[in-house]
Amino acid sequence: MNADLLTRLQRRRRFLGGCTYGIGAIALANLINTDTPVKASEQQLPHHLPRARRVIFLNMSGGPSQLDLFDPKPQLQKWHGRRVPDSFLEGLADPVIKGGATLMATPRQFTRHGKSGMEFSDRLPHLSRLADDVCMFRAMVTDTANHHPGQLLLNCGSPMFGHPSMGSWVNYGLGSESQNMPGFVVLMSYSKPASLVGPSLWSNGFLPSSYRGVAFRSQGDPILHLTNPQGVTSRFQRAKLDTLRRLNALKFEETRDREITARIDAYELAYRMQAEAPELLDFSDESASTLQSYGLHQEATRWYGTNCLLARRMIERGVRFVELFHSDWDHHLELDKLLKVECAMTDQPAAALLTDLKQRGLLDDTLVIWGGEFGRTPMNEVRRGNSPGHQGRDHHPYSFALLMAGGGIRGGQVIGQTDELGYHGVEEQTHVHDIQATILHCLGLDHTRLTYRHQGRDFRLTDVGGTVVRKALA
Amino acid sequence: MRRMAGHDWFWCFFVGGLLVVPTSTLADAPDRLHWSFRAVSRPALPRVRQGTWVREPIDSFVLQRLQREGLRPSPMALRETLIRRVTLDLTGLPPSIQEVTAFLQNPRPTAYEEVVDRLLASPHYGERWARSWLDVAHYADSDGYLTDQLRPVAWRFRQWVVDALNRDMGFDQFTIEQLAGDLLPDATTDQQIATGFLRQTLSNREGGADVEEFRVNQVKDRISTLGTVWLGLTVACGECHDHKYDPISQREFFELYAFFNTASEVNIDAPLVGELEPFLAARPGYDRRRRALLAPQREAITTLQRRWEQRLLEADANPGQNYQWDRRWEILGLIWGGGLGEGQLEGQEIVKLAPELRTPTQRARIFEYFLQYGAAIDPARFGQLGLSGIKTAIDALNAQLPRVSRAAVMCETPHDRPTFIQQGGLYNDPGERVEPNTPRVLPAFPLNTPRNRLSLARWLVTRENPLTARVTINRLWQELFGRGFVLTSGDFGSRGTPPSHPRLLDWLASEFVDREWSVKRVQRQMVCAAVYRQSSREPDKLQTRDPDNVLLARQASLRLSAEAVRDCTLAVSGLLVRRIGGPSVRPPQSAAVVMGGFGKSGWLPAEGEDRYRRALYTFIKRSTPFPELVTFDAPNTRESCTRRERSNTPLQALTLLNAPFFQEASQQLARHTLLPGFSDAGGLVQSIDDGFRICTGRFPNSRERQLLIDCYHRLREVVRHAPQTAQQVMPWPVPNVDRLDAAAWVGVCSVMLNLHEFITRN
Repeated sequence: MNADLLTRLQRRRRFLGGCTYGIGAIALANLINTDTPVKASEQQLPHHLPRARRVIFLNMSGGPSQLDLFDPKPQLQKWHGRRVPDSFLEGLADPVIKGGATLMATPRQFTRHGKSGMEFSDRLPHLSRLADDVCMFRAMVTDTANHHPGQLLLNCGSPMFGHPSMGSWVNYGLGSESQNMPGFVVLMSYSKPASLVGPSLWSNGFLPSSYRGVAFRSQGDPILHLTNPQGVTSRFQRAKLDTLRRLNALKFEETRDREITARIDAYELAYRMQAEAPELLDFSDESASTLQSYGLHQEATRWYGTNCLLARRMIERGVRFVELFHSDWDHHLELDKLLKVECAMTDQPAAALLTDLKQRGLLDDTLVIWGGEFGRTPMNEVRRGNSPGHQGRDHHPYSFALLMAGGGIRGGQVIGQTDELGYHGVEEQTHVHDIQATILHCLGLDHTRLTYRHQGRDFRLTDVGGTVVRKALA
Repeated sequence: MRRMAGHDWFWCFFVGGLLVVPTSTLADAPDRLHWSFRAVSRPALPRVRQGTWVREPIDSFVLQRLQREGLRPSPMALRETLIRRVTLDLTGLPPSIQEVTAFLQNPRPTAYEEVVDRLLASPHYGERWARSWLDVAHYADSDGYLTDQLRPVAWRFRQWVVDALNRDMGFDQFTIEQLAGDLLPDATTDQQIATGFLRQTLSNREGGADVEEFRVNQVKDRISTLGTVWLGLTVACGECHDHKYDPISQREFFELYAFFNTASEVNIDAPLVGELEPFLAARPGYDRRRRALLAPQREAITTLQRRWEQRLLEADANPGQNYQWDRRWEILGLIWGGGLGEGQLEGQEIVKLAPELRTPTQRARIFEYFLQYGAAIDPARFGQLGLSGIKTAIDALNAQLPRVSRAAVMCETPHDRPTFIQQGGLYNDPGERVEPNTPRVLPAFPLNTPRNRLSLARWLVTRENPLTARVTINRLWQELFGRGFVLTSGDFGSRGTPPSHPRLLDWLASEFVDREWSVKRVQRQMVCAAVYRQSSREPDKLQTRDPDNVLLARQASLRLSAEAVRDCTLAVSGLLVRRIGGPSVRPPQSAAVVMGGFGKSGWLPAEGEDRYRRALYTFIKRSTPFPELVTFDAPNTRESCTRRERSNTPLQALTLLNAPFFQEASQQLARHTLLPGFSDAGGLVQSIDDGFRICTGRFPNSRERQLLIDCYHRLREVVRHAPQTAQQVMPWPVPNVDRLDAAAWVGVCSVMLNLHEFITRN
C-alpha cells in the first residue's frame, strides 16, 4: 500500500517536472516537441514516503534570545553580574566573548506548559499554549556568529553566497503542486529594517532560476501589476501570451538557453497568478474569529498576522514552501524591551497559524519551523547605555533554540540540553545541517541523495554534514 | 551529537592558529602569500596555435586556456547581435535601426572598431558606467534608517561620476578625487563634489540615536566600502576582531579607520551655471540689511548665543547631568540640515569650534539655528531682544537672496579626534590608540608623507598596490562577460574564489596601470577582443563541460539590468528623453507604493520630459526604492554592491505585461510603427519587421513573422468582439488607421516588448 503511494508520488513529481512554476515546462516540452529541459534528476523522488508535503518556515532573523524565551537557567539567575567562570573560557578563541562581560540573568519568568511541561518564558504566552504540539531543539549549534553567513547557513546550508535555499531544494525535489502560484514564496515583516542578507536567502543558487523564491512586497499590495492594463481583456492577454510563448520557444530551440524556459514558465505562472492571486489576497471569506485570532484587528500583530494567514492560504493552494522572514531579533541592547516588541508582533499570529492549521487538519502534513540563525550569549554586552534594565546579549553560535511542529514531528518533547549557563550544548546537540536533514526527511527526501551536479561536483543542502534527528520524528 | 561541536572547536583552533602567524612573516615569503597580495606580474603573451583567431592580446590567454582544456572558441556572433551587444554594454541603450544598418553595410574591416569608438565617445557611455559605479558607492537620494529624509543635492555626486567617466578620467585620479578631493592643493568645487562618494553612508536622525555611535558606523561603512571597492577585501570583519581568514588584524582595521575618522561631513556652495552672478550681485545688499537688522543689539545677542553654546558644550562634556540640555545637544546632531542632504553633525562641530575660527557661513548658519531653537537658554532675555522677530526678518531676507546650489562633500575636521581600537568593535570601549596606517600584508605606506586620506588614496593607486588594478579590471570584465575572473568580485581574500585566468587578469591589470589607468582604453581592448565577439550560444558540449562559462568558450546571454530594461523600453518606444544630467526625477509609480513610502504628497509624479528620463535619474529613496527597478534586481543601497543578481521571476512578467509604464511604451511603439497602408497585408508585414527590428536589432525570420501576423489577426478578432475596449488599449488616434486595427497592433507591440530577447543582451 505504502509502496504504491510512493510510486504514485514519484510519478506525480516527474509529471510536475520538478519546477516551482508547475506545469509550464511540460507545456513547453509539448510545444517544441523535445525532452523536457528542466528535468532535474534521474532519481526516483521522493525517496521515501513523506510525512509532510509542505513547509512554513517562520524565519526569525537576527538571533532571538533563547535564554529569554526557551532555555531557563536558574544558575544564571544566581550568578548574575559575575564574570564567566574560567572553566568555560579555557582554550576558547572566541570573538563573541568580550573582556569584562558579566553573566546576565533573564528578567523573564519561565513556566511549564501542557502535558509535556515544556518551559517557555512569559514573552510567548500564545506559542507556549501549543507546547504539546511543538518539538523544541534546545541545544542548537551553528558555525558562525555573523548574521549574513549565519542566515545563509540556516537557509542555504552554506555560509557562502551562491547556494540554493531550502525552499528551492524542496521544490527541486518535489516539484510544485500549484499551477497558479509559485512553489516558493517569501514574505517579510519587521519592527525595523535590519540586517537581512536579502534575495540571496531565497536564491536558487546553481539550480535553474525557476526554483527561486518569489518575494511578495512587504507592505501595501503584496503583488504589483496583477491586473491587466485598461481595456486589455483576458482573451486579449491570452492571445499575446500564446504568441509570446511560441516566439520564446523558437528562440529556445535555436539557443538552448535555459533562462528562456524559465522565462516562459514565469510568464505562464504570471498569467495564472493574475487569476488566482486576487482571491488569495482577499480575506473576505475568512470568519471574523479567524481574522481576530491572527491579530488582524490590532496594530501590533496586523502585519505578521497577515503574513501568517497568507501562508496558510498559500499552502492550501499548493504552494510548497512559504518562508516568513521577521526581523529584527538582534538585541545587543535593551534586550528585554525590544524582545517584547518582536514577541508582541509575532507570538499571537504564529500561534494562531499553528492552531488554525491544526483545526483544518493541515498540520498533519505541513511542517512548521520557528527559528533564527543563532542565539545570544549568557553574558551581557559591554556597551554604552548598558545600565540595569537596558542590557543586551551578543551573538552566540554555540547554543540556541529552534521549534518544529507538524507533519512527521512528535510534539511535546525537548531535544537537547545546555550546560548550567546555557553556554554550550551538553546533550543531544543539533547542528543547523541536522535540522535541514530532518526537514527533508519529513518531506520524503534523503538529504544525502538530493543532489545537484554543479561545477563537476554533486552539491546538497547539507553540504557534507547533517544527520536526521530520529528522536524528533513521530 | 557532540560530533559537530567537536568539529567547531577544531576549526576555531585552526583559524586561531592561522591568525597568530605574524603578518611580517607572510610578507617575507612572497610565494606563500595568498595570490592576490602578490605583486602584479606582467606575463608574456602566450604562444598559441590557430593564432588567426586572436585579435587582441587578451585572446592569446583565453585561447591558450581553451586549447589546454581541449575546447575551441565559438564563432563570431552575427553582426546584428554584435552591435546590439556592444551598444548595450557601452551605453546601456539599444542601437537604432539606422545604426544597425550602417554597421551591416559598412564594408571596411574596421567597421566594428568604428562603432566601438563612436560608443565610447557617446555621452550615454558615462550614464551607463556611472550606474555600475553608483552600485559600489551605494548611492541614493535619502538618508536611510527609519526617518529616511531626502537628500535633494545627492545628484551632484552622480553628475560628477557621469562627467568623469565621459572624460575618461584616469582611474587613479578618479580614486584620489573621490576619497580625498578636498585635500588636493587648491581643490576645485568639482574635486570637492567628488568626495560625495564618502557621503553615501546612511544617516540616522531618529530620536534616541546616539549620534557618536552612528558617526562611527559611517566611518566603518567608508572603510568597508573602500575595502570592497579598491582592495577586494572584507576588511569590515576586522571591526570586532582579527579577520578570521585574511591577514587583517583588528588593529589594522582601526589604523585604516584612522584615515577617515578625522573627516567630517560638510555641505558647500556649489553654484550651477548661471547661479553665481545673481547671487554675487545681490549679496552686498543682503549683507548690509542683515547687519542693519542686528546692529542695535549685536553684542547682547552674541552674548546670549555664547551662553547657549556654552550650555550645550557642557552637556556634551558631562552627559547625564541635565536631561533637557543633553537632549538639546542631541537634537542639534539629529536635525541639522535634515531634508537638505546635509551632514547631521555639522551643527555640533560648529558649536565646538571657537567663534573666531568659524567661517562666515558657519557663523550665519549656527546663528540662525540659535534663533530658531535657542530660546531655552533664557526665554525672557530671548524675548527682550526680539529674537523671534529678527528670525522672521532674516527668513524673509534669505528668501529673497538668489539661491546657490549646494553639494555634500567631506572635509578634515578642525577638532582633535584620535582613533582608538574599539574593543570588540564597540564604539565606546576604547582600547589602545592607533595612528593611520595600511595593512602590513600590502606594500608599505610611504615614509615622509602625511598620513591622511590624500596619501591613502595615492597609495591605493601606486603601481605596487597588488589589489586596486586587479579588483577594478575584474569588475570591468564582469560587466562585459557576466562574471569576473574572480567570481566574488568584492572578495579577493582567501574566502573568495581563485581567478579563472590569473595571468590574463595580471596582464590586464598591468596594462591598465601602464596606460594611465584609462578605463576607456582597457574597455576598448576588451570589447574588441575576439573573445568578446563570440556568439553567446551554448553548444551542447559546453553545457556539461563548462555550464558557467568559466573558460570563455562563448559569450554570455545576460538579462538586462533593471535600468536597461526601462531605458531600452523608453528608447524603442521613442519616449526616451536623452538629456544628460540634472537632479533626480520622479516618474509615476504605483499609488500603493507612494502611500506606503512617501505619504499622500511625497511623490508628485513628474510631468513632461522628466517622466521619460533614463532610470539612472530616478529618485532613490532607500526605504522605498522604485518597485519596477527592484523587481529587476536593482541593488539594496545599504551597502556596497559589486555584483548584481539576475533573477527571472513571474513578478517581472507581471511588470512587463501590465505596469502602466510598459503599456504606455507599447502604445507609443505602436504609434510610430503604424505606417500609412497599415491595414493592407503588405503594410502589416512592414510594421512587424520595423517593430521587431527596433526591439531586437534584427529582422524576424519567417516563422517569427508568421507568428506575429497570426497574433495580430487573433487580437483583431478579440477587439472586434469588444470594440469598446479599443479606445482604452490605444488612446492615441492614428491618422488613416482604423481604431480597432490600432488596438490590435498595440497588443503585438506589447508582445515584442515582452520577448525574452528584448530584455536580454546576447
